[in-house]
Amino acid sequence: MATLLEVRALKTHFFTQAGVVKAVDGVSYDLEEGETLGLVGESGCGKSVSALSIMRLIPDPPGKTVGGEVIFDGQDLLKLPDSQMRRVRGKQISMVFQEPMTSLNPVLSIGRQLTESLELHLGMSKTEARREAVRRLAQVGIPDPERRLKQFPHQFSGGMRQRVMIAMALSCNPKLIIADEPTTALDVTIQAQILELMKHLSREYGVSLIIITHNLGVVARYADRVNIMYAGKIIERGTARDIYRHPSHPYTLGLLHSVPRLDLPRKEKLDPVEGQPPDLMNLPAGCAFRERCRFAIERCAEEIPPLQSVSAGHFSACFASATLVSRAQEHGA
Amino acid sequence: MAQDSSSTAVSSGVVIRGLRPRGTIWQQVGSLARRKPLGAFGAVVALILIVVALFAPFIATKDPAETNAALVYAPPGSELLLGGDQVGRDVFSRLVYGARVSLYAGLLSAFIGATIGMVVGVTSVHFGGKTDLIIQRIVDTMMAFPALILAIAIMAALGASLNNVVIALSIAFMPSTARVLRSQALTVKEMDYILAARAIGAGHGRIIFRHMIPNCLALYIVLVTVFLGTAIVAEATLSFLGIGVPPDVPSWGGMLNGAAQRYVHLAPWLGVFPGLAIAIVVFAWNLLGDALRDVLDPRLRGTE
Repeated sequence: MATLLEVRALKTHFFTQAGVVKAVDGVSYDLEEGETLGLVGESGCGKSVSALSIMRLIPDPPGKTVGGEVIFDGQDLLKLPDSQMRRVRGKQISMVFQEPMTSLNPVLSIGRQLTESLELHLGMSKTEARREAVRRLAQVGIPDPERRLKQFPHQFSGGMRQRVMIAMALSCNPKLIIADEPTTALDVTIQAQILELMKHLSREYGVSLIIITHNLGVVARYADRVNIMYAGKIIERGTARDIYRHPSHPYTLGLLHSVPRLDLPRKEKLDPVEGQPPDLMNLPAGCAFRERCRFAIERCAEEIPPLQSVSAGHFSACFASATLVSRAQEHGA
Repeated sequence: MAQDSSSTAVSSGVVIRGLRPRGTIWQQVGSLARRKPLGAFGAVVALILIVVALFAPFIATKDPAETNAALVYAPPGSELLLGGDQVGRDVFSRLVYGARVSLYAGLLSAFIGATIGMVVGVTSVHFGGKTDLIIQRIVDTMMAFPALILAIAIMAALGASLNNVVIALSIAFMPSTARVLRSQALTVKEMDYILAARAIGAGHGRIIFRHMIPNCLALYIVLVTVFLGTAIVAEATLSFLGIGVPPDVPSWGGMLNGAAQRYVHLAPWLGVFPGLAIAIVVFAWNLLGDALRDVLDPRLRGTE
C-alpha cells in the first residue's frame, strides 16, 4: 500500500501575550491509503491542533505552524499557495467536526450546504449537485432525502446532523477524512451508528481516516494504527492490538486503567492518571509526563526520551518501556 | 428571508413554534397586530406612504408646480384642500409629491448605507488582524463627525440634488452600520460552521457573502428600518436648510423653508401640514422598526 500522508516534525505554536504555547511540538507519522489512524490523548494535548495544521486551518494570529512538512500525495501542503490549498480542502481532504449542533450553518438549507463543495470543486450544475446530494444523503442513512434536502439544520437531531456532516465530507470523494471527535457530542447508541457508518464508507471507497478521540474504546474497534499524544508529542505508536496488549508507555497504561469496565466488579475504584497535564507554555526539561509517572527515573528529568522501537511497528517514548513490556508479559502469563 | 433568519437565529424556543401550525398569512398578520399593535400601526402608515408615493399623480388634485395668483395664501378648505402657498401652489398636491422624495431618499439611502456598512463590517471581521484595525480606524474617523454634519459637508461638496442627498445620507449611515454589524460578525466568525466552510475549501467571498452575512441579516433589517425614519428627517433637514433637494422639487423639508417660516402666523397651514407629515411618518417608521427589532433580534426576545 502506498503512503498517502507523511507528517514530518510538525510544529504548531500559539504566540500569546503570556508566551508561546507549543501545542504541537515535533509530531511525525505516516498514513497509508485506506488506513484508519486513531489519534488519542486527553484534552489540550494537541490532537485537534495537529489535525487543523494539516488542513492549514489554524487561526493565525495567534497560531502558526512554525516547522515541519505535511506531505500529502507527494506535495508539501505547508508550502502550497492559498489558492491551491483551497482546492485540497474539501476535495482531497475533508473534515468532520465534533459539534454537529454548531457545525452546520443555521440559515442555509441542508441542500445548499451539501451542494456547496460539489459546485465548488467538481463544477457541477445546480441540478447535478442536487441529485448527487440526494444520493449522498441516502448513503449516510437519512430517510426521505428529497424532502430533507429542503430543510434547515434545526429540523435535524444531533445524530442526523453528524450524518449530514459525513455526507458533506464524502461529497467530493476525498482521499482522507479527518474526524475530530466525531462522536463526542452524541449519545452512545448514535456514536456506534456513526462510527460504523464512517468505517463502512471508508472501506467502500478506500478513504483513509484519521479519527481524533479520547475514547479508547472507539480506537480499539475502529483504528488500524494508533498514535497516543501527550503535551504536543507522540509518545506511543503502534497497531491498536499492540497498544492494548502491550502498552509501552506509562501514560498509555494510565489511560487504559482509567476506562470504566463493565466486566469488573463495580466496587473497585477507577484508577485515573493523577495530576494535570503540564503547562504547554513552559514545559519542564526532560519527559513531560515525568511528574505524573510512577516509573520515573533520574534520567527522565534530564533528557526527553525519544520515540524508540519496542517491537516491529511499535514505538514508545519512554526510558522504562522495556520494564513495562516485561511486566505486562508477566501479567499476561 | 426575514422569516428564515428569525426562525433559525435562535435554536431553542423556535423549534416549538415550528411545531405549531402557522395558519394562513392573514391569521399571522392578525396575530402580529395583536401582539404588536404599535408596530402594526407603523406598518399601516408606512404602507399608506408607499401607496401615496407610487400613485401620486392619481391622488394629487392639482399639478404641484402649477402657480395661480388667485390662490396665493388661500386658506385650507374651499378650493384647495390644505390651502395654497406663497405662489398659489396646492399644498396638498405638493405634500403628495413630497412623499415620493421622502420615500426615495429614505429607502435608498438607508438601504445603500446599511448594505455597504454591513459588507465593510463583515469583511473587516473576516480578514481580521491589520485589515480590521485599519478599516475600524477609518470607521472611527467617520464616526467622529455627527451624521448630519457629515451629510451637510458632503452636500456642500456635491451640490443640491436628490441623488446627492441619497449619496450623502448613505455615507453618513455607513460607519455606524459597519460598527454594529462588526459586533455581530465577531460572534458569527467563531462559529464552527465558518470553520467547516473553510474546511471545504470556500474562498473569502463565499465565506463572507454566503456564510457570514446571512447570519447577520436580522440585525441588518432592523437597522434599515431604524435608518429609514432617520433618513426621512435628515432629508427634510437638508432640504429645509436649502442644501438638499432643489427648491423646484416638492419636498416636505423644502416646504417648511422660506415663506412658511416668515408667514407662519398668517398662513399656518404652510408649516403645519408638512411638519405633521414628517412627524407622523417618522414616528410610524420608528414604531415599525422597534416592533421588527423585538421580533427579529434574538437578544431582545423574551423581554417583552
